[in-house]
Amino acid sequence: MTEPIVFRWHRAEIAGIALATPHVTSVRLRCPLAESYRAGQHVDVRLTAEDGYQAQRSYSVASAQDGSGTLELLIEGLPDGEVSGWFTTVAQVGDQVELRGPIGGSFSWDGPDGGPLLLGGGGSGVVPLLAMLRRRAQGWRGIPAALIYSVHTRAEAIALPELERLAAEDPGFSLHLATTREAGGKRIDAGLIAEALRRTGPPGKVFLCGSNRFVAAASDLIVAAGVAPGVIRTERFGA
Amino acid sequence: MVTRGFVGRRQPPETGARLPPGQYLTDDFPILQIGPNPTVDLATWQFTLREGSRPIKTWSWDAFEALPRTTWHGDIHCVTKWSKFDTAWEGVSFDDLLADAGISAPTPFLLAESYDDYTTNVPVTDLVGGRALVATRYAGQPIHPDHGGPARLFVPHLYFWKSAKWLKGLRFTTSDTAGFWELRGYHMYGDPWREQRYTGD
Repeated sequence: MTEPIVFRWHRAEIAGIALATPHVTSVRLRCPLAESYRAGQHVDVRLTAEDGYQAQRSYSVASAQDGSGTLELLIEGLPDGEVSGWFTTVAQVGDQVELRGPIGGSFSWDGPDGGPLLLGGGGSGVVPLLAMLRRRAQGWRGIPAALIYSVHTRAEAIALPELERLAAEDPGFSLHLATTREAGGKRIDAGLIAEALRRTGPPGKVFLCGSNRFVAAASDLIVAAGVAPGVIRTERFGA
Repeated sequence: MVTRGFVGRRQPPETGARLPPGQYLTDDFPILQIGPNPTVDLATWQFTLREGSRPIKTWSWDAFEALPRTTWHGDIHCVTKWSKFDTAWEGVSFDDLLADAGISAPTPFLLAESYDDYTTNVPVTDLVGGRALVATRYAGQPIHPDHGGPARLFVPHLYFWKSAKWLKGLRFTTSDTAGFWELRGYHMYGDPWREQRYTGD
């Protein structure tokens, strides 16, 4: 890396906005950054009030580059969320925000990086992994992939129809859903990890994203299953 | 550029004055790292001061614990926008480390090196004069591995990615040498009050 990477603020316009789940809003943003990111990376979003007050937050990109000139963020509405609250209750098509990035080179994937890919997402931590799976579906389906996805309930699972359709039509991809707050549901455990590993074979890349509790549990189980710690990349949020 | 309909949540003045630009206050202690926690055993733990590739001095855990201890109370700031107020840390100051090694800093820069192969660069002037610790306690307890225990660098006046977790040593370098995140677009210095998050800020 000889040239320093410089992140500049870009104007971005909302090209589409819709509820993705009861708590998550899909925001399509038209922005120059849409042509230059890797799956798994995140962007910083900045909002500015009339009096100049600004707030920034980081969001993972959910889309893979698709030539549309837009990228998708999936923003979870948090109680009293200063920025997420604006997206979920005020924002509409045509509104403008600022973006910079893409940020986070180590938690990213593209086809030439290879696999097999073992992905683990807790709640909205699935978003950067969804981007990786979308990238894989663009021409890298030969790379085996499994997604371990821990959610409270099926209704709260992001992109579940898309993931289930992909699992049904693509023998190289398996979905391992753990619903923690539903009758008959369970947390991730050694059996679930073993099943995912049986489908992918020894993984060349492991990406885990979610709450600290989820990532710590998944990481420990995957290392205990014999995967080298050095292939695991994690991204955590919350306490 | 104004975003239509955005008002924002203003902090009370006493909070706002303590928050660097672009930061928000959290009561949580979020955890950010590049991979799983490395397994660090106190029986084999070593901390080494190096000049380039040459070791200057190595401490075992027991020898390190016997060094003079310094406590620090105050606020910490992460580049991912959260700040946490009134944290309490304890460890060995960089000054005491140099004194025990019987040296003064041989170069103006160093790289902090961790058990998970993470690195980050800090100028020596930001470590001396009581400005930095190798911390081994948080809130009076041994530092949990999730927060970088058994020992982490602690440089609270810079963004917290400079406070490398699972520290195994400090390597003096003749020039300011980018570490893991600095190679990936993060600022070489990282002053939260000047909002130096990324290269060019």
